[in-house]
Amino acid sequence: MADAPRKLLEVRELTMDFGGLRAVDSVTLEVCENEIVALIGPNGAGKTTFFNCVTGIYKPTRGEIMVHPPGGQSRKINGFKPNRVTEMGMARTFQNIRLFQNMTVLENVMIGRHCRTRTSILGAIMRSPGVTREERETIDRAYALLEKVGLVDFADEFAKNLPYGAQRRLEIARAMATDPFLLLLDEPAAGMNPQETRELDELIVRIGKEEGIAILLIEHDMKLVMNISDRIYVMEYGKKIAKGTPQEIRSNPKVIEAYLGEGEEDA
Amino acid sequence: MMASMKRSILVALWFVFLTFPLMVVRVNTLKNTVEWRWLNMVWVFVGAFVLHNLWRWALDKRQKSRKKAELEDGAEADLHIGQRLLQEPKLYRPFLLGLAVVALLFPWVLDVYQVNIMVLALIFVVLGLGLNITVGLAGLLDLGYVAFFAVGAYSYALINQHFPALGFWSCLPIGGLIGAFFGIVLGFPILRLRGDYLAIVTLGFGSIAKIVIENWEEFTSGAKGIANIPRPGLFGIDMSIEGATIYTYYLMVLMVLFTIFVTNRLKDSRIGRAWMALREDEIACVAMGVDMARTKLSAYALGAFWAGAVGVMFAARNTYINPNSFTFMESAIVLSIVVLGGMGSIVGVIIAALVLILMPEYLRAFADYRMLVFGAVMVLMMIFRPQGLIANVRKTYAYRRAERGENHG
Amino acid sequence: MDYFLELFCSGLTRGSIYALIALGYTMVYGIIQLINFAHGEIYMIGAFVALIVAGVLTIYGFSGFSILILAMLIAMIYAAAYGYTLEKIAYQPLRNAPRLSPLISAIGASLFLQNYVLLAQTPDFLPFPQLVPDFAFMEPIAHIIGSSELVILVTSAISMVALTLLIKYTRMGKAMRATQQDMVMARLVGINVDRVISVTFIIGSVLAAIGGVLVGSYIGQINFYIGFMAGVKAFTAAVLGGIGNIPGAALGGLVLGLAESMAAGYISSAYEDVFAFGVLVLILILRPAGLLGKAVKQKV
Repeated sequence: MADAPRKLLEVRELTMDFGGLRAVDSVTLEVCENEIVALIGPNGAGKTTFFNCVTGIYKPTRGEIMVHPPGGQSRKINGFKPNRVTEMGMARTFQNIRLFQNMTVLENVMIGRHCRTRTSILGAIMRSPGVTREERETIDRAYALLEKVGLVDFADEFAKNLPYGAQRRLEIARAMATDPFLLLLDEPAAGMNPQETRELDELIVRIGKEEGIAILLIEHDMKLVMNISDRIYVMEYGKKIAKGTPQEIRSNPKVIEAYLGEGEEDA
Repeated sequence: MMASMKRSILVALWFVFLTFPLMVVRVNTLKNTVEWRWLNMVWVFVGAFVLHNLWRWALDKRQKSRKKAELEDGAEADLHIGQRLLQEPKLYRPFLLGLAVVALLFPWVLDVYQVNIMVLALIFVVLGLGLNITVGLAGLLDLGYVAFFAVGAYSYALINQHFPALGFWSCLPIGGLIGAFFGIVLGFPILRLRGDYLAIVTLGFGSIAKIVIENWEEFTSGAKGIANIPRPGLFGIDMSIEGATIYTYYLMVLMVLFTIFVTNRLKDSRIGRAWMALREDEIACVAMGVDMARTKLSAYALGAFWAGAVGVMFAARNTYINPNSFTFMESAIVLSIVVLGGMGSIVGVIIAALVLILMPEYLRAFADYRMLVFGAVMVLMMIFRPQGLIANVRKTYAYRRAERGENHG
Repeated sequence: MDYFLELFCSGLTRGSIYALIALGYTMVYGIIQLINFAHGEIYMIGAFVALIVAGVLTIYGFSGFSILILAMLIAMIYAAAYGYTLEKIAYQPLRNAPRLSPLISAIGASLFLQNYVLLAQTPDFLPFPQLVPDFAFMEPIAHIIGSSELVILVTSAISMVALTLLIKYTRMGKAMRATQQDMVMARLVGINVDRVISVTFIIGSVLAAIGGVLVGSYIGQINFYIGFMAGVKAFTAAVLGGIGNIPGAALGGLVLGLAESMAAGYISSAYEDVFAFGVLVLILILRPAGLLGKAVKQKV
């Protein structure tokens, strides 16, 4: 990284309290253009809560979330509704898959286009040529994304009928349909077998490097994290305890202690 | 075999016990007499015995089909006959044609009474299609839907009292718009409520609407209602009652067609997809960039629009309205139409509305048991066929690599 | 002043009935997150059974107090049986269904039970015998609080205390609390969750029946439709207090009863029901967790 990379997301001292419990404690984090950043830490470290704050599902107690969209105006997005955050250009997936079960795979992706299309109620009823064109574009975009994640053959299936790994990839395709500049993936490899994880690995790198979409991911699969991340942040008990390149993190005593102390992760 | 027999007998005896005081005994507390209806006891026993066997058989079948679905990669491979019919133009085109002929000839073959009932059934078709937007597509359980129906009916009646110049044709869209307006106004405060709270609040709104209409006598004439509401006009031509009924019938047919056209287009559009996504998972839906408030309000408004518009039609058909046409019962009937037909399914809702409204009219014996059956139908449908008689078939879109071509799957 | 006291007492009476019914809603909601729409119908069936039993016993020459006890007991037994059967048929098969399904099933069950009573008995109002005698010692204050009202207050208080003790100190109570916290975990540690749910329905139904019998005797007439309004109001009370919260239901019932009574006495009785709904809507919008409830964040 010779020339100073352009920042996309800048989180400063983010804190989130639930009643007396401090789930996220003054965490500072940033993601730059073309970066794949991982957020790791033992279960219950507050990673998902951090995600929920950034994507507007929770309103953080304190701290500042700044977004610098490429070619757009920088904004502080604290307290924005989730759909506004997505419109700004940050899309996410969920740890416990949240697909639209009784809609087809294609329709799931088409929902992602919602905030990038304009058809109104009257327009939908009239179906003017403009509306038809927009609809066509939505379909084409959705298919293109399904091709990218290898799900074209399942386009007409109900989402609930997909195998587990395919559901995770569908979540990624759906998020990408919103044209994000930053993709937030919450444990994308959870519950996948090694083969699926390898494929996912490739997919994420492809999205990151070829499409130029920055990625922030929460992940427990250390092999995946070490393989693809440019930088890693480590959280424990709501606090950030380390940051650095994969090499630095591997040898960071605090991190080793956090994981060995928990005694459950294969770092 | 013996064991299941014994079980059925025990269950039957349990129901005999359960129903004993209510079904067998009838007390007249004024004259101090008791009537013992022992025969009912026998019926309960036999009925419970048979029903229990059916129940077990159906539950078994449900269990098996679920297992099968899991084994076969979850795909519901065998489409319902109704669905197959819908997907094959060669099959459904002649069917539609036949239906059109029947609909056109109907008033010339049967007498005014029948036509009048048919108009009522068609009104419920539109109500069902409207509520289908709110409940079936957007997943917002509305138990006070009848309030919007009442708003439409009273708009027409009152506008006609105060500004008779406006006439039926301007009132039709006005009624719809007032309905939609109320949908938005009532929708606003309850945007944040979860499904079950929403149900009870809308139930409250429905009841409030009726109580207000009953008690606000200066404005709504209260319980005595409003009479002499004009029927729909046709260039000021005077029509006999018979002619007017037939005319209303054709208008209603047109209105149903229009409703189908609009709801169908909405369903397969950006708007309709957002509604469904909201139904499926609210959090994922907003996280994908869908504005929850706007989507919910639009679902309410459009559902209410149809209720309001068809309310005008209802007032014009009856020429008299009073609060008793707008009770929770009506909301429940419309809801059972949507549930029976299949949430989100337009064809299903139409069939269900026709069956549920016409059946009690023609099977007089059945009329008394109507609400009993509706209640049972709602429970049974949820357990055995939650997708309704005719499940909503999702539209499919053709894949084109670079260029052209869409078709309907 | 007497007028105010009279309103106050009738408000308390009303409120304690709401509280009795609200307990059933709150307990069921706490455990399976379902608004048991048919709960009001159980209350109505309790009242009907009591009416029938009382009628038959009167004809066979039983006397005042024994009628009250027997009618109450049998009504409780029947309400429990109906509550149990209702859960087994309409809710248990839907344990893992989407959220809307059991709710619609509940509405269906409510319609069914209403019309079942309508068809099996009568669509008209039936006069309900006065089961509670007029106590002589109440004579001096009878214009403020009647004997029936006193009995209602005392009975409700006893029932609620009994319920609280049951939940706090018995094995079943512990199992209920555990199931309310986390159904999956409760099952893992060996609690028979189906049984806990059945017991919850039974207890709720018994309380509703007590309410039904007392109200029938107090108001003097019943019909198949009384469960609907009572159910909605009791649910309002449960939400007001914080749904899933047992002291909350009691408090919510009393607050709603008093508020309604005052509004009816000082403003207008025509809009009494509108008032209850208005309270419900306001509470849900302003403080959805209720007076005593805690706000629960949805897990994402």
